[in-house]
Amino acid sequence: METTMETNAAMPAESPLYNKRNYLNNGYSLRSWFLTVDHKRIALIYLASITFFFILGGFFAMLVRLELLTPKGDFMTSDGYNRAFTMHGIMMIFFFLIPSIPAVLGNFLVPLQIGAKDLAFPKINLLSWYMYIGGGALALFAMINGGIDTTWRFYTPYSTGHASGYVVTTILGLFLMGFSSIFTGLNFIVTIHKMRAPGLTWFRLPLFIWAMYATSLIQILGTPVVAITLSLAAVEKGLKIGIFDPAYGGDPILFQHLFWFYSHPAVYIMILPAMGIISEVISCFSRKVVFGYSFVAISSMMIAVIGFFVWGHHMFLTGQSQFAGLIFAALSFLVAIPSAVKTFNWTATLYKGSISFEAPMLYVFGFLGVFLIGGLTGLFFPALGLDRHLHDTYFVVAHFHYIMVGGAIMGYMAGLHFWWPKMFGKKYPEGLAQAGAVATFIGFNLTFFPQFILGYMGMPRHYHEYVPEFQFLHILSTAGASVLAIGYLIPAICFGWSLLFGEPTGPNPWNAKGLEWEKSLSPPPTENFSEIPVVTEEAYNYPDAEATVVTRS
Amino acid sequence: MAGKVDALYFYIVAVSVFFTVGIVLVAIMLAVKYRRRPENMVATQIHGNLPLEIIWSVIPLGLVTVMFFWGAKLFNEQEMAPKNSMDILVTGKKWMWKFQHANGKREINVLHIPVNKPVRLTMGSEDVIHDLFVPAFRVKHDVMPGRLSNVWFEATKTGSFHLFCNQYCGTEHSRMVGKVIVMEQNAYQAWLGGDTGESPVKSGEKLFTSLGCATCHLSNNAGRGPVLVGIAGKSIELLGGAKVVADDKYLYESITEPAAKIVTGYQPIMPTFKGLATEEQVLQLVAYVKSLKADSTAGPAPAEAGKSAPVTADSPTTTAATATPAPGGAQ
Ligand code: HEC
Ligand SMILES: [Cu+2]
Ligand SMILES: [Cu+2]
Repeated sequence: METTMETNAAMPAESPLYNKRNYLNNGYSLRSWFLTVDHKRIALIYLASITFFFILGGFFAMLVRLELLTPKGDFMTSDGYNRAFTMHGIMMIFFFLIPSIPAVLGNFLVPLQIGAKDLAFPKINLLSWYMYIGGGALALFAMINGGIDTTWRFYTPYSTGHASGYVVTTILGLFLMGFSSIFTGLNFIVTIHKMRAPGLTWFRLPLFIWAMYATSLIQILGTPVVAITLSLAAVEKGLKIGIFDPAYGGDPILFQHLFWFYSHPAVYIMILPAMGIISEVISCFSRKVVFGYSFVAISSMMIAVIGFFVWGHHMFLTGQSQFAGLIFAALSFLVAIPSAVKTFNWTATLYKGSISFEAPMLYVFGFLGVFLIGGLTGLFFPALGLDRHLHDTYFVVAHFHYIMVGGAIMGYMAGLHFWWPKMFGKKYPEGLAQAGAVATFIGFNLTFFPQFILGYMGMPRHYHEYVPEFQFLHILSTAGASVLAIGYLIPAICFGWSLLFGEPTGPNPWNAKGLEWEKSLSPPPTENFSEIPVVTEEAYNYPDAEATVVTRS
Repeated sequence: MAGKVDALYFYIVAVSVFFTVGIVLVAIMLAVKYRRRPENMVATQIHGNLPLEIIWSVIPLGLVTVMFFWGAKLFNEQEMAPKNSMDILVTGKKWMWKFQHANGKREINVLHIPVNKPVRLTMGSEDVIHDLFVPAFRVKHDVMPGRLSNVWFEATKTGSFHLFCNQYCGTEHSRMVGKVIVMEQNAYQAWLGGDTGESPVKSGEKLFTSLGCATCHLSNNAGRGPVLVGIAGKSIELLGGAKVVADDKYLYESITEPAAKIVTGYQPIMPTFKGLATEEQVLQLVAYVKSLKADSTAGPAPAEAGKSAPVTADSPTTTAATATPAPGGAQ
């Protein structure tokens, strides 16, 4: 990516494949991990923590899917079921998906990709993990003491006036976790503004950085609102002050406005980073510059901005004014356009590429498939007259799982596999990992596609028991979930195997472009770069078959 | 209505299938054609193409614009109850649905309605948010505590159909289900006539006296409160000059939250009846106020008539209206 790096051939043979002095062996004490300010170590403790919450969320998903095998509630009580899906939602959304890519891959990569030694505020970065884990601990405490059944949306007046269990404790946990998210966003924004290597202009930034920037904007602008909203709900519940509960003179619709003001954009906190990863991976494995780079970059920003003005599409049937409904519907359609533009550009990137199909790239293809379905099924809701039928049915459940599980997790997996050699300097077993990608794709579709049909047939969300005619599709869905579980188990095996037996990869096993590959080692040293790199070229400057000279300077 | 909703549904399905299959096929073809192999080790760099970017922004924009207007038009129809709709009161509570027909007949979790006749539901919740959903007729609306909700639909075939609560409401949410039984007109009339309850309008009238509304709201201007005769559907001028149409939602709010909107020329002295009247009683009061017509100076008159026949949204009919064939709403 720089003049001094002339050839694009494989790494010189004499370079040591495994970097001996790296961030991983820079201290082994607990203290050296839990009081570290190294963004890479913080990324790894995040990786461990979010994996824990993912497993927990997955466990609850399993309970839910098992219960739904039969129409009657014969596996759990209704309260048990309601708590299971609530805990599933809370663990997955707040403690896994929202932090997943930003806190793990973002933390690890933002400084490395822009040629910085660390984030702008390393201590705040550490603090943000403590906020996260503190919040997680509170939520866990509430869970162990019976959990809550408010759904992850905490709709009032149910959550404030009727629900039992440790609602306030959970809310406090989310409040803390929210601040961790705000701190991460703040850190990234300042870092990206202030710490880019010389020559790394905005339009030379890797698209992952653009995506992280857009995500951070949402995190710092949206999260405070939900933190305040949930706190108000806690105040109402604790002190019986009427804010959202009409029984005390409050307004339940106000809660929904405030809640969705954050929680719609929160979907983009989950999917934008995944989109960033897709751009990186598709470019590397096609050995091509991303088609329409600036359109892909700007579309991330457009999604972040427009995404703030569509929240009312969750409330068309609350009695919100018809005029408001129209505006929210129009804007919701509009936000589909930048996503479409991205998809077209990714596909076009394949054209005249030199494409290979290692696991990260298979996840990208999987992402494309499920993201198309997830994105397009989003168009059914702002079509107002149709939302009347589909609102809060399994159609919605399927739609957002396609985006948040299909899209976001496939992107996360693509990224984990892609940067794994960078993070640990070791190979993972390629064939097995590819099998994991395929199993995830098949399992995912088998789980969630039937739910679209269920929704169209009229199966409402959050149902413990259902009418018998829905059973067949539910069985399919549960069967798919078990395949999906295998799809998640395989990468875990791959990564575990890699840590134990993986061969060293060298600094740039994919022969990829980007400072983290070309200018740092694997695993990177604590200071990332031996000297601050200077950037003189565009992002993704892969060799060109039609150019006479293979590299440009 | 089901047919109209499905038409839009299949339009969007078609667009989605076209793009999903199209893009996936193109991606697969490209992946095969440009797979890495000895003669294709180096890619040809293409930085972008402005006309293409414009084309693939504008075409989707066009397609979603159609979706937007189509959906909006449909929604508008779904919001505007036809004039000849029959009114039914609905109260949701954890965990059951209570229905009251215009002649006062009540039922729980089962709703009998005539076929090919628009039905307008006036709904309220006694506790948390519920949501009434009849998938067969593509009809759904939240049922809110503390405010009135309306929705209408028209059953176009007889039979028995699922009715679900579609908004999570606690333990027995999934058992807050019932049936909509759609009957032929005659059968419905026969079913309805078998029972003589007190009509919502009549109950409202009684409440109007027992709760003391009548002490302030007289039929002439001498009272401390405004005259309520004929206000339904009229435009009301509020303190500060704003205007508001006195629809069901407004009447409901005037009773439960009188301070929220003050009629110009009056003092904010009306007490709230939130805790004093049950959800259903408030809906009955609304029904009564709506029945007060300017021409029928004696308030209660329409209520008597309502006893023997469904009261339509607009004006009470005296006979079992030989079912006016549905205008727009049918499939
Ligand atoms: C203490 C006197 C008083 C009592 C009792 C009272 N009201 Fe009122 N009401 C008022 C006044 C004064 C207004 C106008 C100011 C306002 O909008 O609050 C009003 C306004 C209204 C309105 C809005 C009228 C309009 O023109 O927009 C309705 C409807 C209404 N009341 C219904 C009722 C009902 C039903 C009851 C009994 C459950 C009731 N009121 C009891 C004094 C009263
Ligand atoms: Cu949304
Ligand atoms: Cu309910």
